[in-house]
Order: sequence, then C-alpha cells, then structure tokens
Amino acid sequence: MTALLEVKDLSIRFGGVVAADGISLAVQEGENLAIIGPNGAGKTTFLNICTGYLSPAGGTVHFEGRDITRLAPRKITKLGIARAFQIPQLFLEQTVTENMLLAITARRGAWSAVRPLGDAAAREEAMMILGQLKVADHADRRADELPEGTRKLVDIAIALALGPRLLLMDEPTSGVASSEKFAVMDVLVAALAARGVASVFVEHDMDMVTRYANRVAVWNGGRIQKDGTPQDVLSDPEVRRTVIGH
Amino acid sequence: MTSELLLIATLDGIAYAALVFIVSVGLTLIFGVLRVLNVAHGSLYAVGAYVAASFGLGIAAAKISPWLSYPALAVAAAIVGIVLGSAIERLLLQRIYDKEEVLQLLATFAVFMILDDVQRLIWGVQPYFVATPLQLLGNVQIGSITYTAYQIILLPAVAVVVLVGLRLYLRHATSGKVILAVAEDREAARAIGINVSRVYLTTFIIGAILAALGGSLASPTTSILPGMGTDMLVLSFAVAASAGLGRIEGAAITALLIGLGRSIAVYWAPELDILVPYLIMTLVLLVRPQGLFSSFQSRRI
Amino acid sequence: MSWRGLGGLVLAALILAAVGYWLPWTRTLLIIAMSKGLAALGIIVLLRAGQVSFGHAMFFAASAYAAGFVSRALGGTDIAVMLIVGVVAAAALSAVVGLFVVRYRQIFFGMLNLALSMVLYSILEKFFEITGGSDGLRMRRPSMFGLVLDRNDFDLALVFLSIGFALLATVGVLVYFASPLGQALRAIKSNETRLEYIGVSARSVLLISYVISAVTGAVGGVLLAALQELASPSFSYWIQSGEFVFIAILGGAAHPIGAFAGALVYEGVQIYASAFATDVWELILGLVIVGIILFAPRGLVGLAYETFAGRARKAPADDSGAIYDVAPAAGEQRQ
Repeated sequence: MTALLEVKDLSIRFGGVVAADGISLAVQEGENLAIIGPNGAGKTTFLNICTGYLSPAGGTVHFEGRDITRLAPRKITKLGIARAFQIPQLFLEQTVTENMLLAITARRGAWSAVRPLGDAAAREEAMMILGQLKVADHADRRADELPEGTRKLVDIAIALALGPRLLLMDEPTSGVASSEKFAVMDVLVAALAARGVASVFVEHDMDMVTRYANRVAVWNGGRIQKDGTPQDVLSDPEVRRTVIGH
Repeated sequence: MTSELLLIATLDGIAYAALVFIVSVGLTLIFGVLRVLNVAHGSLYAVGAYVAASFGLGIAAAKISPWLSYPALAVAAAIVGIVLGSAIERLLLQRIYDKEEVLQLLATFAVFMILDDVQRLIWGVQPYFVATPLQLLGNVQIGSITYTAYQIILLPAVAVVVLVGLRLYLRHATSGKVILAVAEDREAARAIGINVSRVYLTTFIIGAILAALGGSLASPTTSILPGMGTDMLVLSFAVAASAGLGRIEGAAITALLIGLGRSIAVYWAPELDILVPYLIMTLVLLVRPQGLFSSFQSRRI
Repeated sequence: MSWRGLGGLVLAALILAAVGYWLPWTRTLLIIAMSKGLAALGIIVLLRAGQVSFGHAMFFAASAYAAGFVSRALGGTDIAVMLIVGVVAAAALSAVVGLFVVRYRQIFFGMLNLALSMVLYSILEKFFEITGGSDGLRMRRPSMFGLVLDRNDFDLALVFLSIGFALLATVGVLVYFASPLGQALRAIKSNETRLEYIGVSARSVLLISYVISAVTGAVGGVLLAALQELASPSFSYWIQSGEFVFIAILGGAAHPIGAFAGALVYEGVQIYASAFATDVWELILGLVIVGIILFAPRGLVGLAYETFAGRARKAPADDSGAIYDVAPAAGEQRQ
C-alpha cells in the first residue's frame, strides 16, 4: 500500500545545526502520528519542509505517490495537505467567520469579485466546524482580539475547512486551557477519523500523545531515534532519558 | 564606440559611482538601522548641492581664497545633514516608528515634497553652476584623455574614505558598535540599556550628512536644477536595493556597476539619459529583488 | 451594502450633480475632482492589500494619451470611444506591468511603480514628435455619445458623466471589497503566508486588484483629458502620483467615498489657495500629509465617523495609525 506521506533521506541544516540528517518516515492513511523530541530538534522544520515553506538540501517528500519536495505551499495545500501552526497564523484584521469563509472559498475555488464572501451553505459549514472545536461563540470577533488558546483552535478550524486528507499540526493544544484540552482533542480526532483524515502532530504533552496518537516518532538531533506505537516508544528507557526526562 | 569614448565613459562612470555611493550608503545605513526608507534622501542631496553652491557664490563674492571652497563643501554637507537630519528625525520620524510601513513611506514622501518646495522657494528654478572646486584642481592625463582631477581623484578618494571610515567606525568605535547592535536586534539592545532613540537620531544624521555630502560634492560638476533630487533618489535606491538594503560594502560594488552602466548607456544612446536610472532599478529588481549580497531569509513560522 | 448606504451614495451624487447644474462655475472643479478621485480610488484599492503605489499616475497618463492618439488619428471622436480606448490601454499596460510588480511588497512595490511611472514620463517628454513633448498632446473636444455639444453643454454633460462614473466606481469597489477577492486583499495585508497556506496565490489576487485600480485611474485620465482637450507628460509625473496618494489619505482610505471626498476638498482648497499660495502648494500638501499621518490617519471619512458615530470610537493611544478601518472594534490591539 502506498503511504499517504513518504519522506526519504531528508536532510537540511541551518548554519551549524543539523535539523534533519537523512530522515526517512512514512505516514499511512488513518494514522495519527505524534512527533516528539527536544526543543529545536527540527520538528517544526520538518513540517515546514513537508508543506513547501523550506526546501531540503537532500531527500524527497511524496504525497499520495506524487513528488512534492519542491512545490510551493500553495500547490501542496491544493493537493490535500493542510497545516496548523505553532504560533497561530490568522488573518488578524478579519473576523473568525471571515477567516473560515476564505478557507472554504479557497477549497471550492469559488473566487468572485462580485458576489459577497460566503453563501448560506458556506456559513453553515464554517459554524459547524467552529462549533466542533468549541469556538463558535467567537465567530464574529476580529482575529486579533482572540486569546491565545482560541487562536490556536481557530487556526486548526481553518485547516479543517480546507478539507484535507492529511492535517499537520504544531502543538495543537498549547495555549488551550487544560480543562479544555481533552474535550477539544476528543472532538478533533473523532472528526478526523470520520472524514478519513490522517494527522501528524508535533507534541510536547505526553498525555496527549498517549491518548491520541496511534504512532509516535522521536526526533532527536536530526534523526529518528525511535518509531513505533506509543507504548513501545514511551516505555523505551533511552527515550525516557533523552526526551521525557525521567 | 571607440576605445577613447569607452575610456571617457569609464572615467565618468567611476566619478559618478563615487557620488552615488556616498548618497546610497547613507540611505542603506538609515534603512539598516531604522528600517525606514528615507524618501527624503533625494531632497537632502539636492539641498546639499544648493547650499554648497551658495557658499561657493558667497566665497567668490567676498573675494576670499577660492581654496576655501573645499572646506565649504564639507561644511555645507555637515550643516544640511545636522540641521535637516535632526529636524526630520525628531519632529517626524520619531513619532512614526511604530506605525504601519505604508504610513512611514508616506511620511518621508511628504518630507520629500516639502523640501522640494522649500528648495524652489529659496533658490528658485534657475540653474546654479559653481565650478570653482572643480577648476582649481586642474586636469590629469589618462592615456589620451584629459580629465578633471576633481572627478577622477577627489571624488573616488572621498568615496573610499567614506567606505573605510564607516567600516572602521561601525566595527571599532563604541558608538558605531552600538549602532550595529541596534540594527541587529532593537529589543535586545534596549534590554541591555542602549538608548535606542539616540542611536536612531545619530544614524539618521549620519545618513543625512552623507546625502548632503553627495550633493555638495556633485555641485561643481553639474548645473543644479530642480528635479535632481528625484533622479538621485531613484538611483540611490537602486544601488542600495541591488546590494541588499542595509549592506554597506555591497553598496560600493553595486554603485560602481550602476555608475559604469549608466555612463556607458549614456554614451551609447544619449536620449536615454533620464531614462537610465529608472530602467536600471527596474532591471535590478527584476533579476534579484533581495539584492545581490543578502543571503539570510528570516523564518516567520 | 445596505440599501440605506446605496441611497446615501446616490443622494450625494445627485447633490453634486445639482450643484454642477445650478452653479456653472463649479463644473470644472467637479470634473477635475471626480477625475482625480477615480485615480485615488485606485490607490485605496491597493491600500486594502497594504500596498501603496507611488507611480499610479502612469495609468492616468497612459489612458489619456491612448485616447488622445486615437482621437487625433480619427480627426476627433466620441467620448465613448475615448473611454474604451483609455480603459483598454490602461488595463493592458497594468496587466503586463502588474505581472512583474505584484511580486514585490511595501517599499519595493512603491518605488518600482515610481520608477516605471517616471520611465513613462521621460518617454512622453522626450519623444515630442509623437507625444507633443512637454507641451502635451492636443485633442479635439469629443462628441458626447453621438451629440456634438458646445462648450457649456459639453462641460455640463461631462459633469454628469464624471459624477456618474464616480458613483458607479464607488459602488463597484464596495461590492469588490465584500467579495472573496476583495476579502483576500485584506488577507494579503494581514497574513500573506496564511493566504498561501489556504491555497491562494497572493500574486494573482494582487494582480486583479492592480488592474482594477488602473482601470478606475484610466477613466479619470480620459475625463481630464477630454475636459482640457490635452494630455500632458505631467499626468505621469511623480508629483501627480503623490497627489493621488494624498487625496486617498486625506479623504480616508477605509471607504471608497473617501477618494471623492478627499478630491473635492483638495481641489476646492487648491482653487482658493492658488490665489496666494501657488509657490508653496507642495509644501502645504506635504505638511498636511504629515498632519494626517500623525493626528488623523483615517482621514476625513474617519473623522466624520468618529464625530457622528455616537459612541466614542477614538483610536486608542497606542494605535499604530491604521488607515484601513474606520471603525476599529472595541478592545483592538495593535502589534
């Protein structure tokens, strides 16, 4: 079976830091892959490369069998990969609803210079996704007024609205109130499963990893230290020592 | 084109490049530190030229030694740079550093318009030509060409002094290093107690003096007309942008390239002379928008 | 846009038309104001994406000259022909120039447009056999949709035409701003990376707005040339571009009507000021721009909103001076 996302021999360095050194990794359909590892190890860089923001020095990235290594973010998004960011990237001067409608319009390709942004169906869809992530109350607020946790959720909502087949998230619940984290992730992972969307998420919170990932990869010093089920990886003494710290 | 014409074009190019470099390095310094594109740089150049010309006329009228016109050039630049530079920075720029880039651009554009009018009010629209500093130094023989010593020796010499002086100052003098620190990371500099506001003022004044110096040095070589500011603005922006905004040594190289390019183009097709600066800038930005020498790309996500 | 808003715009247009009808000495002022307002409207469109062009005059000029060439070639023509020619010429030029220019932002965008407009200016001025040089290109007064009118009637008809175009353009731009493409413009300004990450080409979105802005300027250029029976190189000079930017900021960049409010005030003041202040006009302009940037970045429209909006909606003290939002939402924070 062709992997959904296949990364081969990826390497990139910044100045003296090796962010990736011959990394190979595959993500299958239906997987929720968590990437864990020390700070600055290159996890976000990996997401940047997969989505075309950076070009690797060597190696390839394939999505559904297609080489996307040198494609721009715009093209990769249209092929079916959506991204949520470590620092939420929103259209700050516009409302949450407008942010969502732009994503939905982009997905449909319904660009017009005349008809207003978002018809009834689009608005309904936007509200549904916002509701699932429990941020529907903020729909009419400007994005730059939102608290950090809400911004993160809206960022994810925008990614979902693009209807991707693979969702890449960078610390999805950081900034979200701890009382809300499980509730949100429950809904998110269920929504992804229902739509058949695979996910890769960078995570520091091991509770999130144990509960929501069905696979874990440890990224350390530009190499994959270990790759397996959460139980295997998190009980590995090397991993516990270098990454988790106990 | 004969080899003689080519030689003349090259010498012209070098002389012109020296002037353009002096002005551009001020522009790029201001941008590198304050992150503002000083559109008024062109007017500072023009006013420098006018003031130098006025001093020159004054010296001639007072019948004192014409050799004083050399220090007069420097004094003109200093006065224009300090007076106008501090006025612009304190009265206006200081209040808009935190505003949107568009507004900052508009603000310096407005200053450009104000100074353009002021210069017309004070000096009128007739051409000024005070060539004494040029004539006093006589000519030199290069190959089969006779060329003015002022243009082929003095101007490049001043440009080199400016280049080396800036480099030494920024890297070795305490206040210079402070400027570099602020350019590198404003918040970090502020955090260690640097008076960023004063650094901005100093930097802007240095940049303004350089623009005015370019103007005062240019005044003996050409007749001073309204509109010389615009041409120099576009050209100096082309030089700064093609080196990468903020890169000082790079600007020396691009100034030479652009100066030579312009001179050769003008000899080849004289009708192109006003067109050339604008064409050059367009070409440079078409080919390499981030500048020839900048390599780093900031990551935002 | 609400029916009330539309009604307000139509009412404003009718009032202007009435002024032009009953007070013949205002006609030139109105035509010039509408013409420059149309160009300033182009600036407002680009400002929505956070970009300012210091060379917008190039489309104003290109359109006027294109219409002039055709008029001369035909020994005089109709205003409709001139408008079509002008718009097509500007649209074509902006599409070509735009392909190149939309790859740049901020300073580079502004300065590139400046450079290109000055290239056009130099060409118009130098090649006098073709363009008439600094004397400009003379053209015959066109017929008005088939009717040959004398001076007075022509001016009146031109007033109505100009106001009509201004109204049309204002409504058109409002519709555009509310549309997906117009909203995408705002997204370019606030987070271009995110826009690319939802699969949208910022360059394409900007190019479309660039052509639209050129077209509104083109209509303005033809109207002015028809009034003066002349197109001159100054139509492309950097000061003309500066004037357009000034009018947009003066009127207020948040709403298209700001372009025309600004133009009316600007032209009105200029007529009186020119009596005693021709020499210092640029100076005054520059000072006023500075004043607006420091104290009233939302322009006249912003001031009007703040005065009449009921609740005090003054910008907070640490406002970065955004000129795009007439009504900042409560509690907004600036980066």
